[in-house]
Parts: sequence; structure tokens; C-alpha cells
Amino acid sequence: MNMRIVLHIWRQRNRAAQGRMVRYELPNVSEHMSFLEMLDVLNEELTRKGEDPVAFEHDCREGICGCCGFMVNGVPHGPQRGTTVCQLHMRHFRDGDELWLEPFRAAAFPVVKDLMVDRSSLDRIIAAGGYVSVNTGSAVEGNALPVIKQCSDMAMDAASCIGCGACVASCPNASASLFTSAKISHLALLPQGQAERDRRAIRMVARMLEEGFGYCTNTGECEAVCPKGITLDNIARMNRDFLKAAITYREETAASAAG
Amino acid sequence: MALNLDAKIPSGPIELKWDKARFEMKLVNPANKRKYSVIVVGTGLAGGAAAASLGELGYRVKAFCFQDSPRRAHSIAAQGGINAAKNYQNDGDSVFRLFYDTVKGGDFRAREANVYRLAQVSVDIIDQCVAQGVPFAREYGGVLANRSFGGAQVSRTFYARGQTGQQLLLGAYQALERQIDAGAVEMFYRHEMLDVVVVDGRARGIVTRDMVTGAIDVHIADAVVLGTGGYGNVFFLSTNAKGSNATAIWRAYKKGAAFGNPCYTQIHPTCIPVSGDYQSKLTLMSESLRNDGRIWVPKAAGETRKAGLIPEAERDYYLERMYPAFGNLCPRDIASRAAKRVCDEGQGVGPGGKGVYLDFAESIGRLGRDKIAERYGNLFEIYERITGEDPYTVPMRIYPAVHYTMGGLWVDYNLQSTIPGLFVLGEANFSDHGANRLGASALMQGLADGYFIIPYTLGNYLAQVQPGGVDETHHECLAAKTEAERQMKTLLGIRGNKTVDDIHKELGKVMWEYCGMGRNAQGLEKALGLIPRIREEFWNNVNVPGSGEELNQSLERAGRLADFLELGELMCRDALVREESCGGHFREEHQTAEGEAKRDDEKFCHAAVWEYQGAGQAPARHVEPLNFEYVHLAQRSYK
Repeated sequence: MNMRIVLHIWRQRNRAAQGRMVRYELPNVSEHMSFLEMLDVLNEELTRKGEDPVAFEHDCREGICGCCGFMVNGVPHGPQRGTTVCQLHMRHFRDGDELWLEPFRAAAFPVVKDLMVDRSSLDRIIAAGGYVSVNTGSAVEGNALPVIKQCSDMAMDAASCIGCGACVASCPNASASLFTSAKISHLALLPQGQAERDRRAIRMVARMLEEGFGYCTNTGECEAVCPKGITLDNIARMNRDFLKAAITYREETAASAAG
Repeated sequence: MALNLDAKIPSGPIELKWDKARFEMKLVNPANKRKYSVIVVGTGLAGGAAAASLGELGYRVKAFCFQDSPRRAHSIAAQGGINAAKNYQNDGDSVFRLFYDTVKGGDFRAREANVYRLAQVSVDIIDQCVAQGVPFAREYGGVLANRSFGGAQVSRTFYARGQTGQQLLLGAYQALERQIDAGAVEMFYRHEMLDVVVVDGRARGIVTRDMVTGAIDVHIADAVVLGTGGYGNVFFLSTNAKGSNATAIWRAYKKGAAFGNPCYTQIHPTCIPVSGDYQSKLTLMSESLRNDGRIWVPKAAGETRKAGLIPEAERDYYLERMYPAFGNLCPRDIASRAAKRVCDEGQGVGPGGKGVYLDFAESIGRLGRDKIAERYGNLFEIYERITGEDPYTVPMRIYPAVHYTMGGLWVDYNLQSTIPGLFVLGEANFSDHGANRLGASALMQGLADGYFIIPYTLGNYLAQVQPGGVDETHHECLAAKTEAERQMKTLLGIRGNKTVDDIHKELGKVMWEYCGMGRNAQGLEKALGLIPRIREEFWNNVNVPGSGEELNQSLERAGRLADFLELGELMCRDALVREESCGGHFREEHQTAEGEAKRDDEKFCHAAVWEYQGAGQAPARHVEPLNFEYVHLAQRSYK
């Protein structure tokens, strides 16, 4: 079945330019199309008319790379729970629907063009400590370190985060707490992550604030829109780790390490 | 100049070759490492692991990716798992067996010494990833779990639900971010490589375009490493990410890096079928589903009843029937061709008869819905989201799709291309997979190359050259930059009537029709006539809107398509000359009475290596003979 869909899309030439909503009408949208395929069709049409196509981020279109994401009627990735916008299909919409598409908005996510934003602030949070410091070659035999299955499963739940930034876009404080806590949890739940657990919590939380993300005030919007089902417990775990580390952890100085 | 195709395989018994090679390699002393700079292009498993490991060693690394973050590389989408010869299951696995399975699975078209080394380092990869905190699946006792995968009779595949690629890539990405934070790696995201700079016969840098500002720049280094992935998007529809492209390897080819086995393409048997003309890509359903799903079609052609209403006796479980020893777990090329065959005979299901059932009813009955959900829950969700059908109650419909390219830039044992100082890793090289890759082996190869091979072989190269000596003002740099700028201007100046995707789809149709699952001389010749015409239309009638000094996604796609339009022709040319069937390359003229691939070891037991001869000139075909000392040439049988 084909539908008529009206789109209002945020158009902004670059970071410095003024943006505005522009109305487009698509008379013939198939219910089997993905949301991004609908935008492909629009872009082909705009190109043929000599207009500038809508820039939007996408790559794998399988919901795993984390590239895609914009607001559909005020909700990151649109109305279907647990689904990235590339996996959202038009069968969830009705003939005549009118949709407003906007980029993820946050001070730490400057607009690059149209629906694309710069999320490199998330990379810098990971760079602050979202890893286990183990150089290539220095690992012990894999099965030398048994991991409780439940811990491993919970770590995997947290590690499923795709870094799309929907949590930030949905948060009234533009906090990256769900994202940051997912990485902190993933590593805190595993024996491999213990050596750097305190340092990691301190550094990642500090970097998150430096990047201009807000604080968490437990609104829970992030959990509701997360396409990968990352839960709020992770934020609680991050806060516990941060609090404990803030009291007990001291960055080692050269002198104390040597001493 | 004669092409040097010396594979530099170390002498001695196969199990000692890598040790011997490592011992004989020259070393760069720790204090001198920081004098050397290395460029790594691509941040997937191969490039990301390489950039992180080289940074750890102390080299000055510049890493580049075209996405907005190194974590987006398409390795992230790999689902099923990674092979390693750990023999944790006590089921008879060994380094030699993984080596044997991989050589046989590749239909005897890979280099034995490379494959053996791959099997050897596979065990180190698992250790490294576990140490990084990759949450592999575990048993209740806390040890690592395994599952079986196509083309093997042992359980050697390690996995993290259906997101193994994601977790392995995040491990490499986190290691890379650690090096970025430490200042050892400088990361350039949203940068596309447009050319390689060759000075005095050595790769000394790259030309890039900043995809946000449009600025074209030259970056200089003492060596260049490409981990830029495969070229499956030449078919337009494939399971690759939309951005996956061949530009880096193709431009290197045109600068003198020879291309190995371009025609070897893997068509994956279990993908979600096409639903309409607007289709932008195809989605893979992990091969691991074949562990518990049974593949079948109705026995009668033109069957119209729903799957659930077709009685057992009227179903053809064709893989179990044709390959009783491996059944639903036979290798990918074989499973794909079998699906095509039953669909061609009219037994296919779904729109256009282009599909077969992958049915979980029996395993849900035997193991329970919860167990199946635990194993494949996320895959079932993906399927339901795309098709609107619930695979717990209705069998999945699947059809083969382009998934992986075994061909790529030719490299020697040290992963060096025919341009000294240009190294190629992972899917971008012509690889250890021969004519067909086994499931769960791509992740293994990418990480083997990046973590455990390039850190040694690159050091050996650098130890023999002086650091520095070239800067961005060198005439080769300026010439490469000028050429890149010229191409951008040309593309933007055409302002024709067709969009980039219009033309890409035309190319894709020709490639799928004539250079896809079944190939023959007549079809390939036809394709070789059609592709130059499509290319001509592209250069005369494509419409690339906007300018070069801004973010311009149409321009990015146009540049990539320009390369696919040349690469597609080389693939057909290679497929035409290779008058045999092997692995993913199935020449219809060369099959056994049962319709299986028939190799011609007398004439084609070699890698075909193509050398660019200039625009408008036919490329030269060279060969690297393959010798099989340990795994004896035999017809592959999975019966």
C-alpha cells in the first residue's frame, strides 16, 4: 500500500549558517520502505530538480553502526521503541501523516549540515578511559580468567551501546550519562576492568562535563529512546563508581608510584 | 618494468615459517620508533587494530576514516563470530585443522603459508580480545563458549551474541582511543582518501578530502597502511554499509599496486530478500542461524500455500538432501548456489519466487522458544523489523546477496603490495580466503593482520629505510593533489540528467546478472561491452549538485562510483579469463555432472594478478603460482 507523507525537514547549510524547516511532500511512499529509503527517494527527486539533497548520516542501515539518528516528531529515531531510524519502516505510519525531522540538538553536538551533527565529543569521552590498558601481545590465555556468566551477560547488555547519541538528544539536560555509564558498566562488570575502575569513572565523568554535556536528573527519557535497550541501572552504577572513586582514588604521581 | 610477485614465503616447515620470518626481520629500536611516521587508512578491525598496535609500539601514527567516528567502520556489522583454533571443546580442533579447513574452504586458491600463519595467530586474537574486555559468550562455569559454523565439523567459533563484529571492533576502537588520548595516534575522521603518493617508487603519503570543508590535503609518512575493506558495493545492492567503497585500493591500483583475483566475490546465502525498486541495501541474517534453522522449499514448483500449511512430505530440505555430511552447515558458496538452483527451478517462495525458507519450528519444539531467543533473539528482531513477519511463528525467507570480496590488492607474505611501503590488510587485500571465505574467518583475518602481523612486518620495512626526506611540497604530492582536485571539478561540472544512484543501479544490475552467482563467457563478454557504455554515460550525464567546498554526499558517492565503474570491468575481465569454477567463482561451463564447481588445477592453480597499464589500456595479467604441499589438491566435497 502506498501513502502520502508530508515532511518538514530542518535545512542548515553548515555549522555557522541559519537553519529553517522546509516542507516536502511525498505522494507515493511504500509501506515496505525503510525511513531512510523514503529520504533516498526524496533526495533523488531533489537532485533531479537541481536542488540540494538533504544531508543525513547513515552507513550500515542495519541498526548497528550508530551513524544514523535524527528527531522524528521530537523523538530520537522516531516512534518505534528499540529501533534506529534506519530500521524504522514506513508500515508504522499512516497515509497523510505529517512528520517533523530535526537534527539531534545539544551544545556538545554542533550541527554539521541539515540532519547531521558532530558527535566526536562521545569519542573523547571514551578516550578519557573507556578501555582496558592492555597492549597488543600482553594478554594471558583467554580461559585463564573465568567470568561469571551473569556478569558477562550484563556487561554485554551495556556494551551493546552503538554511540548514536539518541540519549543525549532526548535528555532535557543534554546529558551523556547513559552513554558514558554504559561503557563504565561494561568494563566495571568484568574482572578485566577492575584495575582501572576508579580512574576510569573519574576521568570519563570529568570529560563528559568538560565536553558540555549536562548532569543526569533521572528523567529517564534516555532509556525510553535508546535503540539498544541500555538501562538506567548503568547510570546508578556509574554514580556509585564515581562517588567511591572520588573519595578513595588519587591519581598516582611519579613520586608516589616510585615510592 | 616487470612486476615483482615474489611472495617472500619463508623457507622451512610450514609450522616454523612465521617464527623464522619474525626472527629474521630487522627491528627498529624503541628510541628510533618515534622518528617514523605511519599512515593508516580505515579504522575497522584491520586498520583500527593496526593503528592502535603501532601507536603502542611508539610509531607516530595518523589514522583516517571517512565516517564520523572510527567506531562506525563496517566491521561493526559482522554478526556471527570469530574462529580460533583453541580446541576448547576437545573436539579435535588444532591449528593444522583450521589451516586445512580454510585452504579447502577457499577451494585451493589461497597461499598455504599465509593461511597457516592465520590459524596460528587465531589463538592470540582471542586472548587479546578477552583481555580488552570483549564480552564473549560464556558457559555457566565461566569459560568461553563456542558454536559451530559453516564449512567446519568442529566448534571453534567465539561469539558475542549476534554482535561479534561490534564487540571486537569496539575493543580495537577503545585501544585506538587510548592511543589517541596518549598522543600516539592523530585521528582524522570524516576524511576520504583520494590517492596514494608514490615518491621514488615508495609509498610516502596520501591525498585526502575533508568531507566537511572540502579541503584537499596531502599527508606524508614513511609508510602507508590500507585497511579500507572490500568492494562488494560495486553491485549497488550488497550487505556492505552504504559508504563502503573501493576508492583507496583502486587509486592505489592505478598508482602501481597490483590487484589480485578481482572476480572472487562471496555471495552470502542467508540475507533478507529484496522488497522493491527503492531498496538501498540488503541485510544479512547471520550464518549461525543455520545451526538451528532448517532450509527448505516446497517440492512443487509454483506452490501457493503458506509455509505452515505445507506438509512435511511435500517439503524439500535440499541442503540436507544434497550434502548429508554437512547439511545446512555447508559452506556459503555451495549454499548460495543451491538456493539459486531451486529458485531457478520455480520452487522459490515469496515475491518473485526469489527466496527459500529458513525454518526454526523444529528447534523451537526441541529446545524451546527461550533457548532460541537467547541464541538469536537480536537477529529475529532485525528480521521482524524489516519484514514485519515474526520468525518464531513463520519461517524466515532468505536469499543470497553479495557480502564479501576475497579479491583485493595483491600482497606478499609481509602484507606489502607491489608498491614498496604500501601495506594492505583485511578484506582490502587479496586475502587468505582463496576463492571462498568460511564463516567467522573475516574477523579473524582482519585482527590477525592488524594486531599480530603488521606490527612485525612494517617494522622490518621501516628498519630498512631512512625516516623523513619528503614533504608536502614535493612535486609528486602536488601532482596527486592537483589530479584529485581536477576530478572533483570535472564531476561537479557535468550537470547531466542522471543521479549517481541511477547509474550505480545500472552497473549493479549488469554485475549481478553477468558476474554474480553464475557466470559464463557470453554473459561476461556482454558485461564487458556494457560497462564502458555505462561509464561513458556517467562521465557525460551524471548530475552532481552542490559544490566541492562543503559537505556534499552526492559528490562523495560520485567519486566512489567512478572507481566502481572501472573495477567492475576488471572483475568481469578476470572472471572471463579464469576458465574454471572455484569457490565463489562459478563458471557455468565448468561444472561436474551434479552441478558442483569444477576446478582446473592444471591451468588455474594460481592467483591472477592484474597490473594497471594506463587509462584506456587493457591491464596486464600476471600469475602467482600456488603450491600445495600440506593440503593436497582435491575436489571439495561436503557430501
